[in-house]
Amino acid sequence: MPGPTGSREEGYQWGHRHLLGLEELSAEDIRFVLQTARGLAGVSTRSVKKVPALRGRVVVNLFFEDSTRTKSSFFLAASRMSADVLDFTAKTSSVAKGETFRDTAKNIEAMGVDVIVVRHSQSGAAKLLAQSVSCSVVNAGDGQHEHPTQGLLDLYTLAERLGRAGDSSEKSKVKNETSDSTGESGGASGGKCGGRSGGGAFDLSGLTVGIVGDINHSRVARSNIYGLTKLGAKVVLIGPPTLVSGGFREMGCEVCHNLDEALPKLDAINMLRIQFERIGSQQFPGVREYAHLFGLNAARMAKAKPDLVVMHPGPINRGLEIESVVADGPNSVILQQVTNGLAVRMAVLFLVTGAG
Amino acid sequence: MSHSTEQTQLTLVGGRVIDPATGFDQTADVEICNGRIARIGSISKPTGPTFEARGKIVCPGLIDPHVHLREPGQEEKETIATGSAAAVAGGFTSIVCMPNTRPAIDDDGRIEFVYRQAQRANLCRVYPTGAITKNRAGEELAEIGLMAEAGAVAFTDDGDAVASAGVMSKALAYVKMTGRAVMQHCEEPTLVGSGSGGAMNAGPLATRLGLAGRPSVAEELIIQRDVLLNRDIGCKYHVQHLSTAGGVEIIRQARRANMPVTGEVCPHHLLLTENDCATYDTNYKMNPPLRTQRDVDALIQGIADGTLTVLGTDHAPHTREDKELEFSRSPSGILGLECALPLFIKALIQPGVIDWPQLINMMSLAPADLCGLADRGRLIENGDADITVIDPEIDWTIDVNQFKSKSRNCPFHGWDVKGKAIATIVGGVIKYQWADA
Repeated sequence: MPGPTGSREEGYQWGHRHLLGLEELSAEDIRFVLQTARGLAGVSTRSVKKVPALRGRVVVNLFFEDSTRTKSSFFLAASRMSADVLDFTAKTSSVAKGETFRDTAKNIEAMGVDVIVVRHSQSGAAKLLAQSVSCSVVNAGDGQHEHPTQGLLDLYTLAERLGRAGDSSEKSKVKNETSDSTGESGGASGGKCGGRSGGGAFDLSGLTVGIVGDINHSRVARSNIYGLTKLGAKVVLIGPPTLVSGGFREMGCEVCHNLDEALPKLDAINMLRIQFERIGSQQFPGVREYAHLFGLNAARMAKAKPDLVVMHPGPINRGLEIESVVADGPNSVILQQVTNGLAVRMAVLFLVTGAG
Repeated sequence: MSHSTEQTQLTLVGGRVIDPATGFDQTADVEICNGRIARIGSISKPTGPTFEARGKIVCPGLIDPHVHLREPGQEEKETIATGSAAAVAGGFTSIVCMPNTRPAIDDDGRIEFVYRQAQRANLCRVYPTGAITKNRAGEELAEIGLMAEAGAVAFTDDGDAVASAGVMSKALAYVKMTGRAVMQHCEEPTLVGSGSGGAMNAGPLATRLGLAGRPSVAEELIIQRDVLLNRDIGCKYHVQHLSTAGGVEIIRQARRANMPVTGEVCPHHLLLTENDCATYDTNYKMNPPLRTQRDVDALIQGIADGTLTVLGTDHAPHTREDKELEFSRSPSGILGLECALPLFIKALIQPGVIDWPQLINMMSLAPADLCGLADRGRLIENGDADITVIDPEIDWTIDVNQFKSKSRNCPFHGWDVKGKAIATIVGGVIKYQWADA
């Protein structure tokens, strides 16, 4: 299968067999994934929502942690690319049965798979998997470390909302070319799906993006931090000191413990869910106080820029980190995030399988 | 403990003989007869077999005050026999094993079990420590008196700190009665994360990797607390596997005030930092964790100025399966016995931090004194012939596949090092000899 070639004239070549995190991607890589996603976004709006790009390929959803939307999104993304999808849900790590994570992975690989999409409660699990198998690995969230496809879809959604996703004529051109490729058998012509790297598209410079909530325990936050800063945005992390360590300053972020102070300068805000399941001991006094200090409500929205982009990775604790009137209001792009997740995951599956 | 004496006569010829207890450091012959050192000096016509030691260092047998032999209960990782084999291969004639076995070594019968298994292995001397509290639970004192009588050389709940100040205070007073030392794994448990705790040093790197951290202050707090608790008790108090700059300073102040406090350093805390955890390689997961270069520098300074006097390995065997777990779930610790000597040479001798007599002191006499082993760590005429012969110039590469230990978990695999024990003599018998020597 011909690998995605990108824009040959600029000498860019996608070279990643795995997607383990946004930390190891360059700005150019990230833009290339997003542009590829933009080319694939049209597939989901057609009456026949399928392209043959991954026909004959096998994608395994290896989920060691409960997940509804990420797993469904990957399932649908792989299906739309015509891959065969196997769901492998392990209630707990099979360590309990005396089998190590690595053994489990090698067993699944032995079934002849091309991509393992892995979700795991432990940081570094995706990396361990990638070291253990020879197929591609896509990290669908590892502990508190990274959730790169969530980061990518957040970037995509933000750029799209702010008109920074490239001009629409180019978008429709790529869409048409992708449509043409449905007639081809086997591997899709990657170059057509890939957009142009560099250029003005998906450039977030000059923007200030706030991420609010439990940053310490959040893999979404880490992937967002890498992605946003690489694309030129400034990141402000907001939450109580027990949930936002000073160590994040070394990742190039501003750390702030006062939402009201930070809010007026933000162009976008990503409200993270309080992950009660990941917080081992008490990290803040209570939900009433948290909602008062760090919840995004209508009163606070009045102090924000009028076109503030409001994001949330879901599922929402309505009334805790975000009020319904805001979550469902005109500034919210929460459902577009879910829609875009599909295109981003299609692009990721496409690119990692072609890079071998 | 009796060691069979197949060889009744052996003369080590022409080595640089170093005995830190007396300050002896000169070229000499050492005559061994019936398991004992018969004579040290110039022996013109040795009777019986000789060992060519010219260009080599002949010193008291090395003693490791901190090893985990996993027996009873986790024999898939190590046994007293395989651990003993690893010890002599690394130049150690005596090792002090920790009581965090399954079950814990917390009564006199289990102390005797260790001695019996060591005698069966018949390689090096193995000295057990006893648990401070029953089942290492940190609540009730174990039978410290009976264990001391059975030969426990010190008391520790290693693997965990004695968390309660009340229990620790009682332990210090009670252990003092036996004349033995309390060894503490210094870590305040409420600060190192919930569940099994953090996986690495707390700080920006742990934040980036999404791993829960174990902060330096957890170690410093327990050391400071114990120094205060012990102020009016005066029990011998030993800080195991020290890892923090702050801890070095607390020990420095306590020793200045003439308190009976000693500190121990392991090779990995001198040669590795938290940065090595960045790839989630579980061979870099330790407890206490690898810290920062600033901590490494402080430990080296502490050794240079005599604050820290004891070197140990914290030899901690784990199976391949254990170390193939996810970073947070994988158990802590690495092998130490078979690579400690060249690693200490690399960290301390080569940069000129200390000289050979000081290194040997920290690896033999000081651990012997800590554990009350009056006849170990010394070259005394008519004393037991426990001797290590070191070639300080050999270049070799650490290869875990050559290790005698049952486990292979060691981040130093593939390191090029200089210096090696080429003969390990226990009770006058060569228990290990390097094939090329």
